[in-house]
Order: sequence, then C-alpha cells, then structure tokens
Amino acid sequence: MIQLHHLEKSFGRLEVLRGIDVAFDQPGITAVLGPNGSGKSTLLKSILGMVLPSAGQITFQGKPIDQQGAYRKDISYLPQIARFPENLRVAELIRMIESFRSQPSRSAELIRHFGLESVQQSQLGHLSGGTRQKVNLVLTLMYDTPVIILDEPTAGLDPVALVKLKELIIQARSEGKILLITTHIMSLVEELADRVVFLLEGRIYFDGKPETLKERVQEPNLEKAIASLLSGGHLTPISTTRPVQAKMNGKVIHATIKS
Amino acid sequence: MHRIIRYSFADLIRSRWLYFYTGFYLLLTGALFFISADLSKVIVSLMNAILFIVPLVALLFGVMVQYNTREFTELLLAQPIPRKSIFLGQYLGIASALAISFLLGAGIPFILSGIFLSGEIWNFSILLISGVLLSYIFSALGYLLALINDNRIRGFGLAIVVWLLLAVIYDGLFLLGLAWFSDYPLEHVAIAASIFNPIDLARILILLKLDVSALMGYTGAVFNQFLGTASGMGLALTVLVIWAVFPVSLIRFISLRKDF
Repeated sequence: MIQLHHLEKSFGRLEVLRGIDVAFDQPGITAVLGPNGSGKSTLLKSILGMVLPSAGQITFQGKPIDQQGAYRKDISYLPQIARFPENLRVAELIRMIESFRSQPSRSAELIRHFGLESVQQSQLGHLSGGTRQKVNLVLTLMYDTPVIILDEPTAGLDPVALVKLKELIIQARSEGKILLITTHIMSLVEELADRVVFLLEGRIYFDGKPETLKERVQEPNLEKAIASLLSGGHLTPISTTRPVQAKMNGKVIHATIKS
Repeated sequence: MHRIIRYSFADLIRSRWLYFYTGFYLLLTGALFFISADLSKVIVSLMNAILFIVPLVALLFGVMVQYNTREFTELLLAQPIPRKSIFLGQYLGIASALAISFLLGAGIPFILSGIFLSGEIWNFSILLISGVLLSYIFSALGYLLALINDNRIRGFGLAIVVWLLLAVIYDGLFLLGLAWFSDYPLEHVAIAASIFNPIDLARILILLKLDVSALMGYTGAVFNQFLGTASGMGLALTVLVIWAVFPVSLIRFISLRKDF
C-alpha cells in the first residue's frame, strides 16, 4: 500500500530523514516510535505530501504520490496539534471538511461517541485543549479509509476519551485497515501495536514485532526495551541499500551500498 | 477552492478585529461628513486616511491570519485537495473580507449622504476601487511574508517595514532624490519610480480623477502632463492590477514548494 524508498529529508543543514526504506503493506497497527526530533512526524507527513522529500520516492497503491493529492482520499490523518479557525463553529468545521470529500461520513456517530453533542454550536476558539483533540479525532476518523495515520492521538485526552479512542483503533484494525501511530505512551504501544518501527536521528533502527524487540534487548517491557535501545549497545541502523556518490579525480562516481 | 474561500471568509467576518475595522471607517467617514458637507472635500480627506490605513491593516491581517491558520492548514493539506487551492483560497477569503469591510465602512455614510444623486459618484467609485485594490495587494504581501518567514516576530516586523517604506519613507526619499538631481530631466524616472509603489499609484489614480492639481504632487503632475488624465489613470490602474496579481502568483509558487 505505502512504500518509502531511500527517503531523505533535510531542513537546511539539519538532516531529519537519512535514507528510510520501509513498507506499510499489512493490515494492523504499526507504532512509529523514537525520541523527540527523530523524524517520526516528518516521516508521516511526507506520506501525505505535506513534507516534500529531498531524495527518494514514496508510492501509494503502487503509484508515486503527486501534488494534486487525489490519493489522500484513502488516508485519514490526525495532525499533532489541534488548532482550528477560532470563529468557526464545531458543526461548521465538520461540514467544511465533509465538503472536501464525496465519501460517506459517520461524523454524527463519532460526535455521540466522544460526547460532543453539546458543543456542536460552540466556536472552536472557546473549546478546551482536550475537547479540540476530540473534534480533531472526529474529523480524522469519520471516513472509511484503508489507511489511518495518527500523530500523537492521545495528547490532552481524558481517560474516558482515551478508552473510546482505543475502541475505535481496535475496531479499525479488525476491519483490516493499516494504522500508523506515533506516541510516547509505551503502554498504549504494548497494548495495541502489531509492529514497531523505531526511528533515531532519521534512520530506522528496529522494524518488527514488539516481542522481538523485547527479546533482542532482553527486557520484559517495552518502555525498558526502548530505553535500553537508546542507551546504546544494541544500536545499529537497519539499512538496506543506499545510493551514494563520490568525487574522484574530478569525476562523479555513483554506487549503491548494501549492508 | 471556492469552499476554502467561503470558510476562510466566514471565519474572518466573525472576527472582532474586522468589526473594529468597519466601525472605524464608519466613524471616520461619518465624522468627515460632520465637518464638511462638500462631497469632494470628504473624498480627498478620506483618501489620505485610506492610503495609510488600508495597506497597514491589510498587511497585518495577511500576516496574522496566515500564522493563526498554520496548524489548520496542516489539516487541509491532508485532504484530497490540491495545495494551490488551499493557499489561494485562504488568501482570497482574507482579502475579500477586508475589501467588503472597507466598502461597507466607507460606503454607507456616502450612500446616506445621497452620493447617487450627486455628480461625485465616479470620483467616489475610484476611491472605493483604489481601497479595494490596496486591500487585495497588501493582504497578499502580508500573507506572502508570513508564508516565507516561519519566525512570527520577523514576519510581523517585515510587514511593518514594508508599510513604513511604501507609505512613509518612499515619499521622503523620492523628494530627496528630486532635489538632489533637480538639474536633470526626471519625468520618466518619476513615472518609473511611482510604478514601484502601489500606494503612490493609488493616490495618483484618485487625484487624476478628482482633477485636484494642487494635491497631485510631483508624480501626479508628471502623470497628468505626460499621459493626460485618461491614459494616466489607465496606466495607474493597470499597474495596480499587476501589483494585485504578482504577489498571488508568488504565493502559489512558494506554497507548492514549502514543507509543513
């Protein structure tokens, strides 16, 4: 479904992604993990075409992604920060996003699910952070898309809403969807994730089942396993192939490194 | 794109700042009528205020709205709509909200005063057209500055600098230059120089229409003398429209290449 080939991205001198090769083809929940600044959000945003790669290619359903963005009708995306035009009302915002897609929407069901009935006519500028995040979740999950990308979905949610979110995530998995989630809450990963992709400084250091990760570093829980990964010892990036170029006697030589 | 324009417009027309802006013009125009019953005098006084205030407010609005909707833009970028519709739609929403707010604020007192029955209707129309064009031009410049600069302080700072340069300092520098090179024929230089300042162009446009030679200033007089009223106005209006289109094509260019 989604393939990333040798994906690289730098912002000025800062290299955020340094050669990512990964595919998200199988249904299930993939947790994209890594410390702050490891490139998680950049990775997810480049799938949506919000970040334009410096090098490499992304294909979605077999086709390279394009600027027109029609392919995005098959992706639901939850942005990390929930801020909306302050003077619009909740219902208006939902109608606006619905007007961009001609797909059936289940916004009414989700509004009930998150208990947002009473704030539908409130202006978005007057909502609390947690309520805004619930609106954000409604906007994201109201479409039946094969791919769902959630960037820090739990931010600001109260425990009740968190439980409801988990229900929705599990339901989506059971419908055979591909879910990509970033989070810093390891218990959530432990509970939900079928696969863990661990990023550090723009490279993938682990890609596999959470159990495999725990076994590899011999830690009983994921939080400690990740900490152990970070403290060194087990750290070697998984690199597949990587194109390189070098100058020799004025000539540029291209080669592919395999490791 | 029309959906984005509609919602961006709907968001803005409910903003308190825009009510202040409309209210300000209502008060100002009303007050000018209170002081003088002479329509053409009111038009000239209002022109002087518009040439300063419309560019400043439009610049600041353009910058402010772009920064305020950054996170929301991310949500829009994740929808199956092309990038350029998002940014051009947002810009057109802001510019139209400002233009309408200006039209209402400045227009209502004139309509109440019976402008439609007087011979000043065309002079007044030119004043409104200039104000609307300035709203579009400067909100595009503001939006553009905010799009280029991720640092908000720098974005607002640059907007103020642009305003100071074009609304205040430009005239001074221009006069200095004229005095300095007064031994040379400067007419063509003057026409060329005013083309680079939309505020000056708007002033020339209005004064050529009003035919108030005492207020035209050097560039206005040169336009009048060399091009005549009609072609002078034609040139000024054409260049103003180019000024309105050019920053928009830059918005499109940058928005297609920016990371979010």
